[in-house]
Amino acid sequence: MSASALWVYLAASPLLGLTLTLLAYLAASRIHQRCGGHPLANPVLLAVATLVGLLWLTDTPYRTYFDGAQFVHFLLGPATVALAIPLHAQLPRLRRMAMPLLLALLIGSLTAALSAVAIGALLGASRATLLSLAPKSVTTPIAMGIAERTGGLPSLTAVLVIITGVLGAILARSIHRALHIDDDAQRGFALGIAAHGIGTARAFQESEQMGAFAALAMGLNGLLTALLLPIVMPFVLGG
Amino acid sequence: MIGAITLLLVFQLVGEVVARGLALPIPGPVIGMALLFVALCWRGGPSTALRTTAQGMLQHLSLLFIPAGTGIMLHFQRMSDELLPLLVSLLVSTVVTIAVTALALRFLARRSDRQARTR
Repeated sequence: MSASALWVYLAASPLLGLTLTLLAYLAASRIHQRCGGHPLANPVLLAVATLVGLLWLTDTPYRTYFDGAQFVHFLLGPATVALAIPLHAQLPRLRRMAMPLLLALLIGSLTAALSAVAIGALLGASRATLLSLAPKSVTTPIAMGIAERTGGLPSLTAVLVIITGVLGAILARSIHRALHIDDDAQRGFALGIAAHGIGTARAFQESEQMGAFAALAMGLNGLLTALLLPIVMPFVLGG
Repeated sequence: MIGAITLLLVFQLVGEVVARGLALPIPGPVIGMALLFVALCWRGGPSTALRTTAQGMLQHLSLLFIPAGTGIMLHFQRMSDELLPLLVSLLVSTVVTIAVTALALRFLARRSDRQARTR
């Protein structure tokens, strides 16, 4: 088989995209560990940068890559369902903190969406960009659904969501330190609201409890934002 | 493990059917998560197999965002056209959201603790 025939085969099969995704992740995780779990060596950031570079160098379209990578992407669904398990482990604390958690959720959820839109508008972002920005703190599948409903661009939203998650995962520790937030439940909840699943992944690296509260925050924020944004956005952007 | 994965998929499937059937604006997996949470409260906790599988999956949650993240290459044009508003907005909003939420929760939790003690 000639090199080009081999390439035609590989480009048409999901094997390459899938394997590359896993290799990029394993390499990124190893670097993350080597750096002592430093937030700047974020595994999503490293892996995405590697893959973008590789696809760009080989002139491979994203669609070709995604045909294989979608098998990994699909697992976001069952992983979201699986968040119920660490959540259940926090049941006693959830019962005790129900009211404060719900109020903080409402405050955090509105802050996440409105501050992004306000700053974007102030700096002259287009309407489609603003609508894609609004759900940026919500987990990818929900955010894409919201963008579709409000008139944003779902695939741009997915990218903004992931950048937000990486930023949150990188910055959370310093912000908590600066504000002397030392309770794992409070730290996790704030990270889950601001930075959804990537923040939650980061939180699980710190502690099981922080991860569970991040998962709770992410789930609740997804629900609330999906309900609020379609109502709030027309008011904010005027029609 | 297969049993645990099947269970997760069944809950996702039910969540998807509920979301679409009732035309809810909430994605199926989130409804599936809520339903599984209720089921776990009812049954008093997950089986060992389910707990181990979930732990294994959540440990590698970062992996699952890589395919969508790589989609950034489709948006280089718009991203570079609106780089400043996008970057500043994402950065400032993320910092503010983490700070405001954590401070709000700390304030509210302390207040409710005090109320519980004085009652």
